[in-house]
Amino acid sequence: MRFDSAEEGLAAQADLPEDALQWSARLRRAGVAAFPPGRLLPDRQPAYVASWIYVFGALTLAALAIVVASGMVLAIEGPTWWHLSRVGLFVNSMHLWGVELFFFFMVVHLWGKFFMAAWRGRRRATWITGVLSFVVSIAAAFTGYLSQQNFDSQWIGTQAKDGINATGAGAFFNVLNFGQMLMWHILLLPLAVGVLVIVHVLLVRRRGVVPPFAPDPGDLVASEAVTAATDLGVDGMAAR
Amino acid sequence: MTRVTQAFVARLADSVINLNGPGRYVHWGFIQISVANLVVVALMIVVFVAAIFLPFPEHGRRDR
Repeated sequence: MRFDSAEEGLAAQADLPEDALQWSARLRRAGVAAFPPGRLLPDRQPAYVASWIYVFGALTLAALAIVVASGMVLAIEGPTWWHLSRVGLFVNSMHLWGVELFFFFMVVHLWGKFFMAAWRGRRRATWITGVLSFVVSIAAAFTGYLSQQNFDSQWIGTQAKDGINATGAGAFFNVLNFGQMLMWHILLLPLAVGVLVIVHVLLVRRRGVVPPFAPDPGDLVASEAVTAATDLGVDGMAAR
Repeated sequence: MTRVTQAFVARLADSVINLNGPGRYVHWGFIQISVANLVVVALMIVVFVAAIFLPFPEHGRRDR
């Protein structure tokens, strides 16, 4: 059989019956079943998402992108540059304020989801990955304080060592070991945060954005009750 | 920006908020928190409440 392009040839070779049991075919089928393209990147959101409180997850992601990008530039140029040059100081400040905004938005996002009980509707894993992202991000931020390469980081390191040693973790997590803290800060912890955030976002796409609590019919006048019933279908997804 | 203008802007910024000094702390029983962190917490609460009550722009909704 002849094909006009490599893409055509590859498409024709996918999903052949004799290959159905191969790991690649099974993984592809599972991936498409769990994340059909329309759900992975939808064009519309449910009606209840039209509220400012639903914006803070995306704002957190935007701040994280700024943090990662500015951190990459800092890693390329090094501490002399970020302490002494004007552009270096600017990028260093952008990294710091990106982190400030990242935590600011993440905490508002966390409060919003907590009061919505966002673990409802088989969203426990979404909630748990969010909590883990928060905790690991705190560790990433703390190791960032230790990686500044100035008197502040030395002071924080000497203050932190007693607390870490009291937990018993000091034997393998030495806050006075600059090289170790830098590696945690620029490699291990960002990797962990990145993986957790990607899984978190994929779970949000898979299970959908959590709907608000259905209003108590007793609290509504008749016309509002009809509107609410129309807006909220099964699991709160927009019925229209 | 000239040196004089730079000095003026720096002086103006200092008069509004000067962070070049030891931090100020609030003590309340066993709770101790820096004023800077307290301001951030207060701002988060303000933004949280505003996000719940401020109306969201409706433009672009084709299903209404």
